Amino acid sequence: MGSQKTVGERLWAFAIWAVVIFFIINVVALVAAVVVNSFGTRWFNAWLPAGFTTRWYASAWQEFQLDEVLIVTFEVVGAVVLLSGLLGVPAAYALARRNFPGKRLILLMFLLPMMIPPITFGIPLATVLYQLHLGGSMSGVILANLVPTVPFVVLVMIPFIEQIDPRIEAAARVFGAGTGALFLRILIPLLAPGILAALLLVLVRTIAMFELTFFTAGPGSQTLVVALYYAVYAAGVRAGQSIDAMAVVYMVTTLVWLLIALRFVDPTQIVTRAKREAAH
Amino acid sequence: MTEPAAAEAPERLPLRVRLKLYELDGVTLLVLPAVLFVAALFVYPFVYGFVLSFQPKAGAWFANYAKFFSDPFLYDTIAATFRLAIPATLINVLISVPVAMRVRRMRYRRLLTTILVIPITLGTVLIAEGLLTYLGPQGWFNRTLVLFGFEKVRLIHNYTGVMLSLILSGFPFTFLLTLSYITGIDPSLEQAASTLGASARARFWHILMPLLAQGLAINLCLSFVQTFSVFPSAVLLGAPAGDTRVVSIAAYQAAYEQYDNSMASAIAMIMGFSQLLVVLLILAGRNLFYRGAVGAGKG
Repeated sequence: MGSQKTVGERLWAFAIWAVVIFFIINVVALVAAVVVNSFGTRWFNAWLPAGFTTRWYASAWQEFQLDEVLIVTFEVVGAVVLLSGLLGVPAAYALARRNFPGKRLILLMFLLPMMIPPITFGIPLATVLYQLHLGGSMSGVILANLVPTVPFVVLVMIPFIEQIDPRIEAAARVFGAGTGALFLRILIPLLAPGILAALLLVLVRTIAMFELTFFTAGPGSQTLVVALYYAVYAAGVRAGQSIDAMAVVYMVTTLVWLLIALRFVDPTQIVTRAKREAAH
Repeated sequence: MTEPAAAEAPERLPLRVRLKLYELDGVTLLVLPAVLFVAALFVYPFVYGFVLSFQPKAGAWFANYAKFFSDPFLYDTIAATFRLAIPATLINVLISVPVAMRVRRMRYRRLLTTILVIPITLGTVLIAEGLLTYLGPQGWFNRTLVLFGFEKVRLIHNYTGVMLSLILSGFPFTFLLTLSYITGIDPSLEQAASTLGASARARFWHILMPLLAQGLAINLCLSFVQTFSVFPSAVLLGAPAGDTRVVSIAAYQAAYEQYDNSMASAIAMIMGFSQLLVVLLILAGRNLFYRGAVGAGKG
């Protein structure tokens, strides 16, 4: 804005950029350290490993049964995405279009599971799921993961639905469309970008959701991130490179979906769209 | 049923119409599945956990809480958590403001925000694993320190490691949140102040800060609550038996190592109420400092 900058302002700007660049260098180096180590033969007392190999990927695939873990991960994530869409979008529609008594209470009820960290509600939730004999199974993991994602879809979708002109729906009603036909023929096509964005964010969050899966997963229902935690926790049992190979598989799985998601959403949306609701 | 009622009060509207007056109809019912789901798997477990925490394995109804607050091995976890959460939150939120101020008009904002979303997406488990390699005694960070003639520092399996992981995973989150609040403020307000001769500093303290106070308070709350519930990095990157034995570790051990669900619920409730307490303090502090000046932002 101001055309003349004092020395102080320049120093201040320089300091801020230095902080940002230092931060980014560390993030990049942290990711690079994992990738380099996963391809290294022996890495001791040097800047880089002595040689490069891909054999750790084969051993990680076998040791950690990554094919099974990946299948479980995609089954869990797929079910969570589908169910949170099916539960969340209709609820968002009702909340966007109707002003009924108790609406504020319902909105608060949807806000809390997103603001309260999973660690806090995860233990009572896991206790209840184990009592219902759902703990330690796929369905338990899916149900637990839905707790923050259903409210997330609701709160993300409300502003999208509010943008649609209600007269379009009124016109469809005049021509005899019921609520079902209204959804299938009018709303879903119009809301497709919003639904896609919301569900992609659910997908990325669910792949990385550690706490809730950790509390409810049994031996056959571990997702990738939980398997990675156990591998790091028991470090020393397996070769470090093997664990890092698994970490790379996890990173690739997450980042591919992140890149797809970023084609449809602004990065700030990943934290803000839903959190923004908290301000009201 | 309806006929005699209609005969008694002929001017009374049918139930359907009366409900419609409150905007309760078929469309409103669409909210029910989601509400029932959240009620069953969020509200009910909380209430259940609360009740369960007062049904200890042995002793009086408050025995779990009495045990927690009399055993230093347990109550020290609260202090350990606060020692991590308060500095991490303050660092993340305070740095996010000047950085977001710079970045908001930057050309490559989208690129920067994309880079910063990566640590959020990867999550704390991967950051912990990466930092173990990167910050370890043979890692690149210590090698760089030695290269510039410094001493090696111990950065993992202690308090510092957990703090660094909280900054790495927490800063992008607070930054993106602050950025969205700052870009939500109408730029013409600042331009008007600039036209009237306000310096950059005056514009910041008198225009932006009051408008930002609401958002910063919420940002402080969310960051605090997240850092307070640190778990994977405190185990993997910290000293889980020592000074990073945080309250979530105590809750986990009660539930999955001692199989005492009642005690675990009590610890989860203590964790939840500590978070609630700090959130209320932050919100009260906001009202104390910025009475009247808030509420004009885009929100």
